[in-house]
Amino acid sequence: MSTLTLWIVIIAIAAGTFTLRLSFIQLQGRLSSPPWLNRALRFVPVAVLTALVAPALVRMDGTLGTLDGTRLLAGVMATGVAWRWKNALLTLGIGVACLWLLEMVR
Amino acid sequence: MITSLTRRIPRQANTLALPPRIANLSAGLWDSASLMLAAAPFGIITGATSVDGGLSPAMTMAMSLGVFAGASQLAALQMIAAGHLPAVVVLTALLINLRLALYSAAIAPHFQSLSGRWKWFLAYLLTDQAFVISLRRFETDPQGPHRQWFYLGAALGLWIVWQLANACGALLETRVPEDLPLDFAVALIFLALLVPAIRDRATVAAAVAAGITAVLGADLPHGLGLALAALVGIAVGLWTETQTGRT
Repeated sequence: MSTLTLWIVIIAIAAGTFTLRLSFIQLQGRLSSPPWLNRALRFVPVAVLTALVAPALVRMDGTLGTLDGTRLLAGVMATGVAWRWKNALLTLGIGVACLWLLEMVR
Repeated sequence: MITSLTRRIPRQANTLALPPRIANLSAGLWDSASLMLAAAPFGIITGATSVDGGLSPAMTMAMSLGVFAGASQLAALQMIAAGHLPAVVVLTALLINLRLALYSAAIAPHFQSLSGRWKWFLAYLLTDQAFVISLRRFETDPQGPHRQWFYLGAALGLWIVWQLANACGALLETRVPEDLPLDFAVALIFLALLVPAIRDRATVAAAVAAGITAVLGADLPHGLGLALAALVGIAVGLWTETQTGRT
């Protein structure tokens, strides 16, 4: 990509991303929100975070559906660490270490 | 009224008798500390990847300041290096960042009474980490008049770390190890946020539903699987909540 194109891409992503961030914060109050929407929003963090995490731990390959064992196992261990110590850096470090160890053993 | 205000301030700030705005600001900063540390290596790698891919340091910082979203920054950089069309790069990055609109919707009620300038500034700083931490805090303190300062502490801390890390990665010629499982590392950061968020039957159901849908839909064009999984998770969570009779 040319320099100009790169700059345009960066600016476009930045502008679009800020619009996404501002969207409801700016519009709040202009539109009345039904009560079920507020209850639904409570589940946004859990649903979105799981949707981000799950595909990195479990893969379906081919029609039979195989699971990527090492990542899942490392992920399970990382979950245990996150549960026990609630520390993001620890979870990250131990999770990656587990993955490396498991891949060496495999 | 003063006692009700001080009850909401974390204990260490309370003993110093800090004004509530500063107390909330430092509480936000404190609560996001471990996430800030985890974001640092991620940011350094993003900066280094950017320069490795041919972007100038100025472009790298423009991206880290303007986009300020690591997952989409990395995805865009990989696509640029692979020679994809500019329009596709932009669209994919925005689809990855679509979740920010959901966060915006969920946090908007808490910023309702703020001025336009505050709203724009706080919106700019919105990240997964700041969102999850703040929402968790707001649930235990729904009437707090200085909530936005807590969010500001968390969000600004993360912003500073991100910019510094990207700058380091771009300027210090760090070598990116080839076999680094970056997408796995990103997933781990999200996992660290996810685990404390699962608290009751409804959230468990939401997580399971979203997880299954995300894995099954992983091959859908960029972002669609994620959006679908998020919607399914929210729907199942809502339904489970009505089934168990809790509000």
